[in-house]
Amino acid sequence: MNLASLKRAAQRLLPSGGWYVIAIPYLWLLLFFLIPFLIVLKISFANIALAMPPVEPVFVWTQEQILQIRLHFSNFGFVFGDSLYIEAFLTSVRIAGVSTLLALLLGYPMAYGIARAPSGWRNVLFLLVVLPFFTSFLLRVYAWLGLLGRSGPLNGLLLHLGLIHEPLQLLQTDFAVYVGMVYSYLPFMILPLYSAIEKLDLNLLEAAADLGCRPAQVFFKITLPLTKEGIFAGCLLVFIPAVGEYVIPALLGGPDTLMIGRVVWDEFFANRDWPVASALAIVLLVLLAGLVLLLQRIQAREEAT
Amino acid sequence: MIAEDRVVNVLNWSDYIAPDTIARFEEETGIKVNYDVFDSNEVLETKLLTGHTGYDVVAPSDFFLERQAKQGIFLPLDKSKLPHYHNLDPMVMSQLQAVDPGNRFGIPYSDVVTGIGYNVAAIKKVLGDQPLDSWSMIFDPKNAEKLKACGLTMLDSEAEVFFSAKLWLGLDPASERREDLQATEIMLRAVRPSVREFHSSKYISDLANGETCVALGWSGDVLQARDRAREAGKGIEIVFLIPKEGGMVTFDMLAIPADAPHPDNAHKFLDFLMRAEVAAAFTEARKYPSGNAAAERLVSPELASDEIIFPPADVRVRLKPHRAESLMYTRYANRAWTRVRTGH
Repeated sequence: MNLASLKRAAQRLLPSGGWYVIAIPYLWLLLFFLIPFLIVLKISFANIALAMPPVEPVFVWTQEQILQIRLHFSNFGFVFGDSLYIEAFLTSVRIAGVSTLLALLLGYPMAYGIARAPSGWRNVLFLLVVLPFFTSFLLRVYAWLGLLGRSGPLNGLLLHLGLIHEPLQLLQTDFAVYVGMVYSYLPFMILPLYSAIEKLDLNLLEAAADLGCRPAQVFFKITLPLTKEGIFAGCLLVFIPAVGEYVIPALLGGPDTLMIGRVVWDEFFANRDWPVASALAIVLLVLLAGLVLLLQRIQAREEAT
Repeated sequence: MIAEDRVVNVLNWSDYIAPDTIARFEEETGIKVNYDVFDSNEVLETKLLTGHTGYDVVAPSDFFLERQAKQGIFLPLDKSKLPHYHNLDPMVMSQLQAVDPGNRFGIPYSDVVTGIGYNVAAIKKVLGDQPLDSWSMIFDPKNAEKLKACGLTMLDSEAEVFFSAKLWLGLDPASERREDLQATEIMLRAVRPSVREFHSSKYISDLANGETCVALGWSGDVLQARDRAREAGKGIEIVFLIPKEGGMVTFDMLAIPADAPHPDNAHKFLDFLMRAEVAAAFTEARKYPSGNAAAERLVSPELASDEIIFPPADVRVRLKPHRAESLMYTRYANRAWTRVRTGH
């Protein structure tokens, strides 16, 4: 065997340059997604204990050199057995779903406007969409506490106009939660929509109009189907964080705004029941991942046909 | 021993120290105090059980300290570093042996009674002339319904609300029977639609400025609301009621976590708080007795004669301590509490 063939064999064994490049994101996912997920998964099968940390170990190495694994499936039974969790999940899906729809209805015309604006304006408008990110998320939600409060400017305006005679209770309601959600996640809707609309070939719209399509028809038959990917991406980017949102319902919602994020927090902090909190998180993850995979498959099938 | 940084990290209940105490301690010792606040025993326990909180002094209520101490969460106090320890009331200390045998881990900081704080005029308007001496004032759905308009709030805490509700129902508050828990939950769910908010600190200002008219709350907090209302001078009169069925009494304790980074400074801080004049200033400012006998001799006559702060013997017998619960019971009780609070 000569040197050249040895080198070739070594090269075959060692990963190629491209591998190193994708290794970085994979390492990132391993460290910050997979390992925490496995820890949560482990805790979801543990039993509660009054100890530090407040769970019994799942894996025990006994003196007889036996590895004991004790998995408590009852935590999952608890999650499915109490209607509280199912209700919280359904409420979260409802609030996130409505917020996503509102963000889409609001975001689409905005993204369309930006994409069709003169190129000089486009950057300015784009900057305006991204600008709120320069302030802390928490502060922006706090700002709504002031805006929607009983003595806040919104109530002040309505009173001044004589539309109402007593300040409205806007905070601690589902309405305030929707406002907070749509406001906070709107940029995540606009950005993918913008990039989809910008790519749209204007000749197609002209051709459709030339062939006798009315503007509404052009929109529904050409524009909307061709920007479907943007709509899909935007909705996922809004819906998924909104389902698990904790801060917005905690600050703006009422005591009866029962969202899954709040329930996980309660289980973790108030009940000190980490196993059930972890089981809830796992169930939520599985359901959401299943939903996303399903949507993706539907989209792939549509594209294939 | 390596000298500690000149810092002590304190986690105490909100609105729970005299305004000048920290500044005086810092000036005298040169130790900087990082002072954080919380308003829930449960959240404190989670932090302690997670470990490495970085805090040197924490303030669990006695019945929480009872079970936490068994987990080795706290450092046994070195009483040789606490020269003012003798100021503490021997009666209180012997009572506290029930939760902390040998008084090894905690010192009493504040004596808290749970009862009803209300706005006299507003209540008269909605409830009329019926006698106000019972928990039925807020737990009877007929009354709660009427209180809804002027604002009824309750502490955001399972322990206090369920304990009080059990007293009204005539159940043993220490009972861990599931039927008792269920009966209490059903009763509270009937009242729930009339409760404006569950919160453990906001009700002081809400009561004081007339935003709400009645609260299931802590004695000293309600008295602080009373004083703030007087200062505001809008004619709002707030009183505190210990109902005839009884009320929960707890001592909030101070203890040092086992992994405290500055245990020496923590001892210095505890000792400073046990000084008669410092503990007296706390009672003056926050309207809670401190379990400090030397301090009680120093408080102003006006305060010393206040029967809410220092209840007479015939009221004292109505006060009942909360004992530590089993972990399994806590799990069920907390879930019942979540259902009550969220109204689901």
